[in-house]
This record gives sequence, structure tokens and C-alpha cells, in this order.
Amino acid sequence: MAIEPRKPPSQLLPKLQRALGGRAGWSGFVLQLLFVAALAWISYEIVANARANLQAQRITAGFGFLANNAGFDVSQSLIPYSGSDPYTRVFFVGLLNTLLVSAIGIFFATLIGFLVALGRLSPNWLLSRISGGYVELIRNLPLLFQILFWYLAVLAALPNPRQSISIFDSFFLSNRGLVIPKPIGQPGFEPFVFALLIAIVATIALWRYARRQLFQSGKFIKVWPYALGLLIGLPLLSALIFGAPVSFEIPALKGFNFAGGSRVIPEFVALTLALSTYTAAFIAEIVRAGILSVHKGQMEAGSSLGLQRGSVLRLIVIPQAMRVILPPLTNQYLNLTKNSSLAVAIGYPDLVSVFAGTTLSQTGQAIEIIGITMGVYLLISLVTSAIMSFYGWRISRSMGG
Amino acid sequence: MKRVSLVVTLALAAGLSAEAASAQTLKTVKDRGMLSCGVSQGLPGFSTPDDKGNWTGLDVDICRAIAAAIFNDATKIKFVPLSAKDRFTALQSGEIDVLSRNTTWTLSRDTSLGANFTGVTYYDGQGFLVKKSLKVNSALELNSASVCVQTGTTTEQNLADYFKGNNMKYEVIAFGTADETVKAYESGRCDVFTSDVSQLYAERLKLATPADHVVLPEVISKEPLGPMVRHGDDQWFDIVKWTLYAMVGAEELGMTQKNVDEVAKSDKPEVKRAVGTDGNLGEQLGLTKDWLVRIVKAVGNYGESFERNVGSGSKLGIARGLNQLWSKGGIQYAPPIR
Repeated sequence: MAIEPRKPPSQLLPKLQRALGGRAGWSGFVLQLLFVAALAWISYEIVANARANLQAQRITAGFGFLANNAGFDVSQSLIPYSGSDPYTRVFFVGLLNTLLVSAIGIFFATLIGFLVALGRLSPNWLLSRISGGYVELIRNLPLLFQILFWYLAVLAALPNPRQSISIFDSFFLSNRGLVIPKPIGQPGFEPFVFALLIAIVATIALWRYARRQLFQSGKFIKVWPYALGLLIGLPLLSALIFGAPVSFEIPALKGFNFAGGSRVIPEFVALTLALSTYTAAFIAEIVRAGILSVHKGQMEAGSSLGLQRGSVLRLIVIPQAMRVILPPLTNQYLNLTKNSSLAVAIGYPDLVSVFAGTTLSQTGQAIEIIGITMGVYLLISLVTSAIMSFYGWRISRSMGG
Repeated sequence: MKRVSLVVTLALAAGLSAEAASAQTLKTVKDRGMLSCGVSQGLPGFSTPDDKGNWTGLDVDICRAIAAAIFNDATKIKFVPLSAKDRFTALQSGEIDVLSRNTTWTLSRDTSLGANFTGVTYYDGQGFLVKKSLKVNSALELNSASVCVQTGTTTEQNLADYFKGNNMKYEVIAFGTADETVKAYESGRCDVFTSDVSQLYAERLKLATPADHVVLPEVISKEPLGPMVRHGDDQWFDIVKWTLYAMVGAEELGMTQKNVDEVAKSDKPEVKRAVGTDGNLGEQLGLTKDWLVRIVKAVGNYGESFERNVGSGSKLGIARGLNQLWSKGGIQYAPPIR
């Protein structure tokens, strides 16, 4: 007599109930439905009311203004921009500036954060106290104050362009920023980049091969001499055959400022410095908590295998700590991105400054512009979260759970 | 600042302005017992608070004159300090009844913001402030300079036009508030600070050594500054408009804060009409017959207010110039009060 496997009970209804707030029966469902309906009604009312009022006051509405000429200039732009471009262009200029300062800020904040956390956990008394002092000092001072400190106290103290600090007569540091020679592409540029790409791909392949060998047969292959040879040799070879990839435009003082060369404006430096040091203090605490959450038996086990402290941290402790670190770390990344809107205080042309600031007051279309700006920040945050979730998913998968 | 404009925007979106937008501003102000007036965050001569929190300035006097005409009390005002970029939103949302904040009258502002300019309180133009040590004598020598400017102003666009028109390169650094802009200029981040000339004189006073800085002779734009009110309330528009004309008219009639009671007794028909002993002009505006007397008693005539705040009686020491009466070589002119 065959035993019929019992069908599992349908999961649909309980799942639905849970999704709707966990109240049993239909009363919960009805409540939820009412709530959603009320929410929809309120949003409709807000939109309809705003439209009616705007019309009654004859305030221009809609997105037609985006095609109009902006008519103002911006100090830093990653894409070609002039005052005769439309407001859409201004939007992208601001957005790219925000993304630039956020990305570089996140990179340095993570780097400094990890170093400070490791320093704080170090057995070295002085190092751990200095790291602790850093965290307590930086995280307890308001961010705006720190941005103004870097901008008005540190960078503004640099000499004016005529007395700028020069290095090899090609790098100039002054209160107008850092001016560096600007690379200009030559005919040899494309082969050079191609050679470099090949070298990078080959290095990665080599590294993976060596790793597999190590894990499978325990054979240790020294990769770095080959990698170095590839990364330097191939581009060098290309330069020898096809000529120099770039020539440099050397900046020179002309009139009030430097002409030629590329310039890093002090607003950008001040904002990046303030954002990364500030966020690093929080990241340091998160990393420290993550490392401490790993059982110390793991550390001891690593040591008893004969691994050095650094290797134990890198190979055993931090991979496990990452699971704890990642969610709050994502928060910090989001905070940094949003905090970059304080840029307006020091005149860095970020999205809020040029779009929700200048563009808003020139067109007066507050609802549209604030709406777009909020939508963009939301989008940036969601994308950041998604990337971090993906990373977290990969970590937990690679650790088998 | 972002938060302010956000709150204001949401208020606007939520339709909290429905009441304020209707044609009842005078009633709203009377019921509230207070005029809500949008001013700058501190611009000497135009609107600035002293150490006791009392606001003074040419723009402030307009607010005081309106309050005096309505309440016969020039202190019944709530001053709302606004940055350049938040000012229009505050007016649109009904947070303020009148915007009196050195705002340049342009066609697009007059048409697209849902607000109207009521007149010109000060004829200004844009200029440049530079350090004397740079030895610059003309704005045309400013090629490649770094220029500090306050964001959200007509200044930013005039600047772009001027440098482009003269084939000069420049770098612009735009700050949220006037104070931040001046601080950056003073720290040496910029070679030039550009704004309306009156504002350059005013901000120069805040610098450590004002004498080291000079305003260049070029005036590169027309900047007629005036108060704004919302669309849709013609009575309120008239009141604000005629408050300024009352001040200019009083100067034309030779009425001052001191002699107003004397002059009011005069038999001259135009004086009798103005002070309300003949006819009911004030009532036609929705005010009282003695509205003009109230205004002059509170803030004086236009000339007095000018000299006290920005002219010879002030630290700014700006000459009347275009702001002199039409009969004395300027262009300030009031339509007949009759």
C-alpha cells in the first residue's frame, strides 16, 4: 500500500494575510484597502489642489522651462557646458558633480574608516588612542562646521595664485585650488589604452590561475613580478612603437589665474575632505563593531595555524565581519551622498546648488524642481542600496549561507 | 535653506495657500493684527536688524509704511528674513504678505512667478568690487578673474552676459547667502565680488578694512529694485504700490516727518487731497483718510528714508543719483495723488 504524500496546505492565503499586516480574516484586508484608498485620495487631492492654486495665481507650471537657456556659468563641470545651454544640461552638470564628490568621498571614507577601526583595535596603545580620539572628535562636531573649517580655515589660508606653491613649475597649489598639467591625447593614445587593458585582463587571469593552483594543489606562485612586467611592459612597448600617448599642457600664470592645465577647485577638495573624514569616523565604529562581533576563537584559531595578525584579519575575521558591517555601512554611504548637498554653503556646484538653487530661483518653479531633485536623490540612494545588497548577497553566498 | 524651501514647497503643494491667494490680503493682515514682510537676511541700508533686533533700512521702511497705513502702528510687523533663492516661494505660499527685499524687476519674474512688482524703491545697477592692491581700474581688465556671486540673483546671468559679450574668460563661484559670498571674497578665493552697486557699498562695510576695496566705475546692468505682491488681489497690489507713491508724493509736496502736521494744515488743494481733509482717497484704497499722514509720520518721505538708510545720513553714503526726484534730475516720480 503506497502511502500518498500529503499535499502541503496552500500557502497563498496565510502569505497574503502576512503581507497585509498579519491580521486574521477579512477585517484586516478591508482595513488595509481603506488605508490605501485614503492615501491615494490624499495624494490626488494634493496634486489637484496644487494645480488649481498654481493656475489661479498664474504661476507657470510644467516642465517646459527645462528647454530654456540657463544663462549662467558653473565653476566645475565634467561635461562641456556654457551659459547658452538649456537647464537640462545644468541638471546633468549638477548631478555629475554630486556623483563625483559622493563616489570619491565614499572611497576615502571607507579607506580611512577601515584603517582607523584597525588602528583602534590594535594592541599598540598609542595608535589605538589616536584612532579613538579621531573618532570621538570628528563624529561629535557638526558636518557643516567641518566643511566650513576646511574651506575657510585651511584651504583659504593657502597663498594667492601669484605666490602659489609650485612643484617642478608644473604643479601649483594656491587658494584657487591645485593646478596640474593637463594630459592631451596624441595619436599613440588609443594603442596605449588598448595595451593597458590587455595587461589588466592578463593580470587578473594570471591571479585567478595562481589562486586556483594554491587552493587545489597548494602550489604557491609568485604573481606580482609577472603582473608588474605586464602592466608596465605592454604599455611601454605600445608607447615605443606608436609614440607617446599623451603630451602635457603645462599651466602658467596669466592675468589673475592660471591658464592651461587642469584644476581641482578648493570647494571640491574641502567638501571631499570634510565628507570623507566625517563619514570615516562612523564607518570606523561600524567596522570595529563588526570585527568584535566575530568570536575571538576565530582569531586564536587563525594564530594557532601560524598566520600573522594581518593575515588572520584579512582572511578570517573581516570576511565574517562583513556580514555585520554591510547594512550600516550602506547607511553611511547614503548619508554621505545626501550630506553632499551641504555643498551650497561653500559654493561647490552640486545638484542642490545649481539646480534646486540657481535654476529654482531663476524659474520660480519650486514644485517641479524640488520634485525632480528629491526623485534623483531617491534614485541614487536606491541604486547604492541595490549595489550593496548585491555585494552582501555575494558574500553570504561565498560563505555558504 | 534647502529645508525652508522644501517646507514652503510642500505647503504650496498642499494648498495651504488657498486662503492667502484669494483677494483678501488686507482682511487677513487686519485679522492677524500684523503684517508679514519678507526682507533680506541682513543687507545694511536695505534691511538689517540692529543689536536689539529692530529692523531698519529702505526696504524695511516700505514694510513699516504699509503697517502704519493699515494699523497706524509701524511696529506691527513680522519680518521674515529670506535668502535670494527662497524669497519667491515664500511669497507664493502666502508665508509673507509682501516681499520687500532688494529684488530686481524683470519681465520673467513679473509674469511667471504668480506675483507682481508694485514699483521701484531703488534704481540700482550691477557693479564689481575688487581689492585695490590688484590695481584694476576697469571691469574690462578682469579677464581670467575668479568672481564670487550670490546664487539665485539676476547678477549671475548679467555676469555671464557681460563676460561673454566682452570676450573675457572668468570663473564663477556661487554661494547661497550674501555673507558666505563676501567671506569667500575676503578670504581671497575670488578676485572680484559682483552684485548690485548699492549692495557692494553695503557689504564693503562688513569687510575688515573697507578702504582696501574699491567699486569699479562700470555699471553693467539695470537693476530696478522693488516690492512684490501675489497675483489675484488688486486691492492689496494698489495699497503696496501707493504706499511707495505716498512717500515719493510727500517729498514732492515738501512734507517731512517733522513738519507733516504743519503742512497738513495748508490750504493747497493737492495737500488737502493727500492728507485727507478733502475727499476720501485713502478710503478708496481700503485704508483711512489720513493714510498718507500716518505713513509720513512713521517713516518720513522717500528722500528722508533714502538719506537715513543709504544716503548721507548713513554709513553707506550713496548719492541720490537716479533716485532723486524727477524734478531734481532723478527719475523717482509719483503719479498724481488725486
